[in-house]
Amino acid sequence: MTAQLDEALLRSLTPGVLGILVRRGADFAAAEDAVQDALIEAIRVWPADPPRDPKGWLVTVAWRKFLDATRAEAARRRREDVLDEEPEPGQAAAVDDTLQLYFLCAHPSLSSSSAVALTLRAVGGLTTRQIAQAYLVPEATMAQRISRAKRTVSGVRFDQPGDVATVLRVLYLVFNEGYSGDVDLAAEAIRLTRQLAAAIDHPEVAGLLALMLLHHARRATRTAPDGGLVPLAEQDRGRWDTALIAEGVEILQAALARDRLGEYQAQAAIAALHADAPTAGETDWVQIVAWYDELVRLTGSPIVRLNRAVAVGEADGPRAGLAALAELDDSLPRHTAVAAYLHERDGDLATAARLYAEAAHQAPHLAERDYLTRQAARLNTRRH
Amino acid sequence: MAKYLLLKHYRGAPSAVNDVPMDQWTPEEISAHVQYMRDFAARLEETGEFVDSQALAPEGTFVRYDGEGRPPVTDGPFAETKDVIAGWMVIDVDSYERAVELAGELSAAPGAGGKPIHEWLELRPFLTSPPTITE
Repeated sequence: MTAQLDEALLRSLTPGVLGILVRRGADFAAAEDAVQDALIEAIRVWPADPPRDPKGWLVTVAWRKFLDATRAEAARRRREDVLDEEPEPGQAAAVDDTLQLYFLCAHPSLSSSSAVALTLRAVGGLTTRQIAQAYLVPEATMAQRISRAKRTVSGVRFDQPGDVATVLRVLYLVFNEGYSGDVDLAAEAIRLTRQLAAAIDHPEVAGLLALMLLHHARRATRTAPDGGLVPLAEQDRGRWDTALIAEGVEILQAALARDRLGEYQAQAAIAALHADAPTAGETDWVQIVAWYDELVRLTGSPIVRLNRAVAVGEADGPRAGLAALAELDDSLPRHTAVAAYLHERDGDLATAARLYAEAAHQAPHLAERDYLTRQAARLNTRRH
Repeated sequence: MAKYLLLKHYRGAPSAVNDVPMDQWTPEEISAHVQYMRDFAARLEETGEFVDSQALAPEGTFVRYDGEGRPPVTDGPFAETKDVIAGWMVIDVDSYERAVELAGELSAAPGAGGKPIHEWLELRPFLTSPPTITE
């Protein structure tokens, strides 16, 4: 068994083991600590002595760790009497433990950053150090964020049904964080969303999974070797991952057939139309605008309206795009960048260059700022 | 989550309300100030929002490349330099509003007479990686 195989297997077992401990009566925070300890022990012991039943091994060790920790707290002697017995085996789970864990870790009482951190640790089985590295904060800070999150949800009953929308929001945030440090958060988000899709039959879960797969398929082409952003129209479509696209489209079609549209399915539909175009020029912008109309109806989001203006510019010409843009608040993020692009397509290069420079100045992301600065420079050198 | 830099300027920023130089405080007032800053950082560690905090010497050296095979040129410190950065704190918070709230708290550190300094802190967002899903 290679070390890598160990880790993948270990992490897929994490939520199930944690669920069992909680069902046996351990409180969530203590159970979560015990499972982390058991994972660390597994990494140490398994390479030389692989267990025949990995999950059973983890449950046994985690339960022992939990009991040890409980015993160590002399002040809680009374509780020890209750817990220091063999648990009843095989208590039937009313609902899937894994699913309950997702609900708990995305509980509405948590801030989004806490929910993300707790999900990655308790459901994803990542260590605090890995999560801290991925989010570029000190390990001590991340440890506090996680332990506060655990305290916040410690009073929540484990068998209460949760809200799928909050879980999807958390997974979407993890995916969108992308790739920083040595943990691939996009891949982790896909793994967790697959696991969720296996635990619950819900068209929006499928929609989010499809959306992630379709975007992940383009990942290698989104960044130039020098780290610069490559916009969709200039990406090398021959290098898109066709297997991921096919899987994403299939999952999306099955979800759409259920006729319970939601925002993730609509976003995935837009991504699928991009993935489907052999060249940027063959993109079906009219259909994309129609999907943006659906998204506006579903979310009312001003960011969606902004993206819709870009699509209108492609479908009906830059003047139509500028007209759609004029209806929106110009303080929206990326509003100036969109205006610059539409003015360039309309042939007004001087205005476009000025707006690209202005947009670069406002850009919240480094790669985006460099990209916009380069656009301004390109137009400025061309005009001289 | 978003990271922000809380930047403390000695010069260049508008004057603080309670603008008495530190060497004219009482030793107890200085201790109270230092304790306030420590407590503030400790509280942020507790809330999982702390990233980094550093103080800087008030003066430094200016350095620049001077051509192939030559040692870098050094110059300064320049007495007339308008801005002096005294130090910074980096926080990782859920919203801009939270960042403003924390900067306001830090600016309330006690100075002369044990009263808040009301010094101006500059709040600057970090540039991050763009999100995966943009269209």
